[in-house]
Amino acid sequence: MFYREAGQYKTTYQADQALFPILQDKIGIILILAVAFIVVPLTVSNFAIDSILTPVLIFSLAAIGLNLLTGYTGLLSLGTGAFMGVGAFGCYKLTTFFPNINIVVLIVCSGFISAAAGLVFGLPSLRIKGFYLAVATLAAQFFLSWCFIRIPWLYNHNISASIEVPERFMFGIPVTGPTATPVTRYILVLSIVAVMTWLASNLIRGRIGRTWMAVRDMDIAAELIGIKLYQTKLLAFAVSSFYCGVAGAMLVFLWLGNAESESFSINQSFLTLFMVIIGGLGSLLGSFFGAALIFGLPIVLRAIKEGLHLSITSATVEHINFITLGTLIILFLIAEPAGLARLWQVGKQKLRVWPFPY
Amino acid sequence: MHLLYQIFIDPFVQMGSAPDLFVQTLWEGLVSGVLYALIALGFVLIFKASGVFNFAQGIMVVFSALTLVGLYAHGVPAFLALAITIGVMFVLALCVERFVLRPLVNQPEIILFMATFGLTYILIGFGELVFGGDPKLMITQQLYLPTGSYSIKTLGGFVQMQKIDIAAAIIASLMVASLAVFFQKTRIGRALRAVADSHRAALSVGISLNYIWVTVWFAAGVVALATGIMWGARSNVSFALEIIALKALPVLILGGFTSIPGAIIGGVIIGVGEKIGEFYWGPLFGSGIEEWFAYVIALVFLLFRPQGLFGERIIERI
Amino acid sequence: MRAPSNTGPEVAVGDVLLSVENVSLSFGGVNAVSDVSFDIRKGEIRAIIGPNGAGKTSMLNVINGFYHPQAGRITFKGRTRSGMKPYEAAHGGIARTFQNVALFRGMTVLDNIMAGRTLKMHQNFFWQLLRFGPAMTEEVEHRHRVEEIIEFLKIQEIRRTPVGRLPYGLQKRVELGRALAMEPELLLLDEPMAGMNLEEKEDMSRFVLDVNDHYGTTIALIEHDMGVVMDLSDRVVVLDHGIKIADGTPDEIKKNQAVIDAYLGVAH
Repeated sequence: MFYREAGQYKTTYQADQALFPILQDKIGIILILAVAFIVVPLTVSNFAIDSILTPVLIFSLAAIGLNLLTGYTGLLSLGTGAFMGVGAFGCYKLTTFFPNINIVVLIVCSGFISAAAGLVFGLPSLRIKGFYLAVATLAAQFFLSWCFIRIPWLYNHNISASIEVPERFMFGIPVTGPTATPVTRYILVLSIVAVMTWLASNLIRGRIGRTWMAVRDMDIAAELIGIKLYQTKLLAFAVSSFYCGVAGAMLVFLWLGNAESESFSINQSFLTLFMVIIGGLGSLLGSFFGAALIFGLPIVLRAIKEGLHLSITSATVEHINFITLGTLIILFLIAEPAGLARLWQVGKQKLRVWPFPY
Repeated sequence: MHLLYQIFIDPFVQMGSAPDLFVQTLWEGLVSGVLYALIALGFVLIFKASGVFNFAQGIMVVFSALTLVGLYAHGVPAFLALAITIGVMFVLALCVERFVLRPLVNQPEIILFMATFGLTYILIGFGELVFGGDPKLMITQQLYLPTGSYSIKTLGGFVQMQKIDIAAAIIASLMVASLAVFFQKTRIGRALRAVADSHRAALSVGISLNYIWVTVWFAAGVVALATGIMWGARSNVSFALEIIALKALPVLILGGFTSIPGAIIGGVIIGVGEKIGEFYWGPLFGSGIEEWFAYVIALVFLLFRPQGLFGERIIERI
Repeated sequence: MRAPSNTGPEVAVGDVLLSVENVSLSFGGVNAVSDVSFDIRKGEIRAIIGPNGAGKTSMLNVINGFYHPQAGRITFKGRTRSGMKPYEAAHGGIARTFQNVALFRGMTVLDNIMAGRTLKMHQNFFWQLLRFGPAMTEEVEHRHRVEEIIEFLKIQEIRRTPVGRLPYGLQKRVELGRALAMEPELLLLDEPMAGMNLEEKEDMSRFVLDVNDHYGTTIALIEHDMGVVMDLSDRVVVLDHGIKIADGTPDEIKKNQAVIDAYLGVAH
């Protein structure tokens, strides 16, 4: 009885098409943002922020990127890890050349570099579809992974072939590097993710989102209503890679503090895909759910191991993690292909009619 | 200018000046090509018969090999271990059919494709859990497979051919030939092709999907085991193999997803192309281009002939 | 809402809007269409009929730009060409519906019809990103148009329903709505009444007539129901085995011996 729309009617189309048309949702999102920006830094431990909240936000952004390409446009991509890497290494080179420019600006710029890479590897989408396109994205993944190791210029010829993040400041506060506090980095990540999620939702609700979904659902019909397929697909690649690139840059600069090419391997591509599948293909909210679940699973498993004092090695926990992941994927594909986001919607439906059953 | 020379002239000069090395590289490429082809063969089997693109095929290769050596390491005699492993692959086929394929019948192909990602992760986790992740040696001698090599004096030098490689080529050819005959001539083979075309239509003419699927996944499992044994004999058995297994994808692109001869030819082209590319052009780029060279070949192919050399042309009807 | 001219000269009512000249189309040896010529005049309802396999849908696909004929040409609004890309056809003012409903199943009714407005939406990426100012204004303006269509087709209650959940008859209506959203000059309808009961057919017929009256859209329709064809169309062209066997008003066609033979399956 709390979650009712009765009495809420819209008088303009603009209001009808708003992001949160229901008043309860509007209140809800304001509360969530307030909690995230204000309450969390004050109450949650630095450890929890740094090991759970910040990475989940970053991976959510990567999942959103992949979701735009695979969930909304229907182009399966196995190259997410590589595009994240392009963003990370791009940001590193940019900050090497322009150490005095604000790091957030550079993170956004590295998104553009990643978008360019996405565009290049999306060129084959003119002629190939489906599995074949997925294999083409694998080509991108393996080729770029190779580049990350074999092109020493990318990591400034560092002997260990990895990036060490230099210290950067914003308004006098260190935001990257070893002196930056978890809370500072968290707030920065949260802000970037919040803004980019909002922008993504704008795209989705408008003309561009519709053209993407049309291409996904029936590209032949899309063409016949005047949509230019190739441009639409390339745009999807570019925007998706932009998001993944920013996520990758944030991963290195605002969370890990360093990076090796392993962070951007095919395993990362698969994990992101799993986040999108489990969270819900074609749902921005689902990207967050999926990232939380996939990232949280090994943490939960480890906690169970500790809690029950099981004498199994951490390698075993890793293996159980893999098995659970695989099983979850299959379960979700069978039972709820629209992922956690659909479950959430069903939950909200139930809430609307609560306390009645239907 | 010097760069152009390095790319277009020098490698061929090198090939000519040491022909025995060239033949050696060709042979190495052929051998790995045959093994890629076998992995691709498993894919083709499953795709032809169930329309499912089994991403986990490569993992099945590793998993089966791992089961075999794992059992042996626990004291099971070699041939009994082999029999048990075949049994395990059968059980795997049963499980996949019951828990993955049956619930997802009639779903779009891309969903089934993604389900095989899940299967991949399950197999990796399970395999490493039960048998451990450290590299193991293949029990080549215990299975009476030849070891050692022939050294042929030719072309001004020596060319070495491992006996196991020759055995692999022969076994592969036999498997391919029998599978090709099976698909074309037998009743079950026809039924398999019908199922690949349309699940619903096959059901409506009385073909038992469950029976077909178990059969074909088991067959693919046996092919995977054979591949795993031969590959494990050349290098160790560990999940690092999965990257190699992914190479089967470019093979399929070249050969077409539904063609058995295509898988072989595609495999050979990729295998040879990769080795020659790595050996003669690799130093130009810094080594390791094997990691992506196959994919680039496949990509180029995709742009000009999307259905592969032997695959079926897809005509979209409205 | 007058159907505007998108490109090319304004064609007066009664003049030839589209003409098909000696078009032949074959698929790997199978002749779908052989040397067919006819024209469609602006403002009329033109039926294309014929037994199954006559080549009617292929003909529509050629006009649409989906198939390119091996021979012959199409002249539309004075411009002639033999092969045209589907989105060029769309931009030129041709819209169509399909035998097997080709709606975007993952989207709602409203989104599907809004998708039909894509042609007319021009705000660039940057404004789309912000969904503010010009982009918002454009979105609202097109929403107005789409709501007009929704009202016209009486599908207000289902506007937020995902199309996959709708019964067949309603899906066909939504598809008509999406085609109308393109504000086409020429509307190609491929068996719009297929699979409908009497009541649904009457509704759809009324919509087709209204579209022609109200919006002035020229309509070419493939239909099997003779009653519908006779009632609705101004002129009819009859195909059989890819060849044109008759062309004229419904009354003339009814009496044409070749047509009767084709339908009764007389060997020839």
